[in-house]
Amino acid sequence: MATQTTEIAVGACVDAGGSALGMPQLCAGWMGNQVAWLVVSLIVIYLILSRIALPRIGAVLAERSGTITNDIAAAEELKQKAVEAEAAYEQALTDARVQAAAIIADAKAEIQADLDVELAKADAQISAKAAEGEKAIAAIRDGAVKSVTAVAKDTAKELVSALGGSADAKTITAAVSARMKG
Amino acid sequence: MATETDAHSEGGLVFHPLDQFIVKPLFGDGAVSWYTPTNITLWMAIAVLAIFLVFVVGSRGRAIIPTRMQSIGELIYGFIYKMVEDVTGKDGVKYFPYIMTLFVFILFANYLALLPMSYSATSMIAVTAVLGFGVFICVTILGFVLHGTKFLGLFWMSDAPAILRPIIAIIEVISYFVRPVSHSIRLAGNIMAGHAVIKVFAGFAALTLVSPVAILGIVAIYGLEVLVAGIQAYVFTILTCVYLKDALHPGH
Repeated sequence: MATQTTEIAVGACVDAGGSALGMPQLCAGWMGNQVAWLVVSLIVIYLILSRIALPRIGAVLAERSGTITNDIAAAEELKQKAVEAEAAYEQALTDARVQAAAIIADAKAEIQADLDVELAKADAQISAKAAEGEKAIAAIRDGAVKSVTAVAKDTAKELVSALGGSADAKTITAAVSARMKG
Repeated sequence: MATETDAHSEGGLVFHPLDQFIVKPLFGDGAVSWYTPTNITLWMAIAVLAIFLVFVVGSRGRAIIPTRMQSIGELIYGFIYKMVEDVTGKDGVKYFPYIMTLFVFILFANYLALLPMSYSATSMIAVTAVLGFGVFICVTILGFVLHGTKFLGLFWMSDAPAILRPIIAIIEVISYFVRPVSHSIRLAGNIMAGHAVIKVFAGFAALTLVSPVAILGIVAIYGLEVLVAGIQAYVFTILTCVYLKDALHPGH
């Protein structure tokens, strides 16, 4: 850098070879330049930061924290809703169970009532049939006794006549009746 | 960077660790007057450009989920904003853009100065003195504007024993006026010393025998300088906040 081609101003601060004489920091001839450009740079940086960069970044940060807060609130709300939904579900389940139990009990009672009615009906029918049967049996028995009496009378009459006897109907009937009783 | 050619031509070890700080006109030769565009102009302009890229171009998307460049800008914004708020309180937040300007300028100038062949603007005492005394003058004027003569209560320890109060007041006044000096020399001295030491090691690298050690030394000092560049920007900014707090709340 300090070659002959890029000769720099030889003055109080630089020797003929381009090296510093003393500390360049303390060279009074250069200080005005440093200060001037520093002030320009600081003003430009201040304008860039205060006009564009800082409001923008501040807005982004505020928006982000707002978004995060909102999201957390929404998450809390959703969690609350989920808890409520679970409670409602549990409640519905319990209600359904209770209802089902009630329906089952109702059905049982109805069936029992139907069953009782049918049983009673069936019993009545059975007893009616039994009574009818008994009656029929009694009729048949009566009929049989009558027939036996008639057959016995006829047989007795025939027997008497076959044995050469003669008997009037009255006597035979009385005799048969007496025998039948015995 | 002049050391290499000089060492070669003179055939020996020649150190010019301070040549890197020479101010040169960008165009042609001649005297350096206050408006001449110089290497300082160039590197300050590069710093401004870098700041523009990071903070304006980087955040142009205004994305809720930031891009990498935008998150760098947001990180620096959040860091400085929190520092201003923590140190100076809620009423100091309106001075945040000024403090942010100081911080990003020093930070970017420090880090750009670590590029090889670059020029370190913050190593110039005139530059840091403008920053330091600028802060000092603004803060002092602000203190008097906000509190009038009550601002002088900063120097009067009302809870100290009555005999000690004048002595403490003298010490406080001296320390108050030393602030801008230490504020500016701290920054310039750190940056200048680091860069000069790197250059001294680079001069030793011309000797074959010690060049591995010299290069290791350059690497080590460079690593240290990366830390120093950030830390000095931070220190300058937080001290500015502390001085601002004194102006806003002068009571002890």
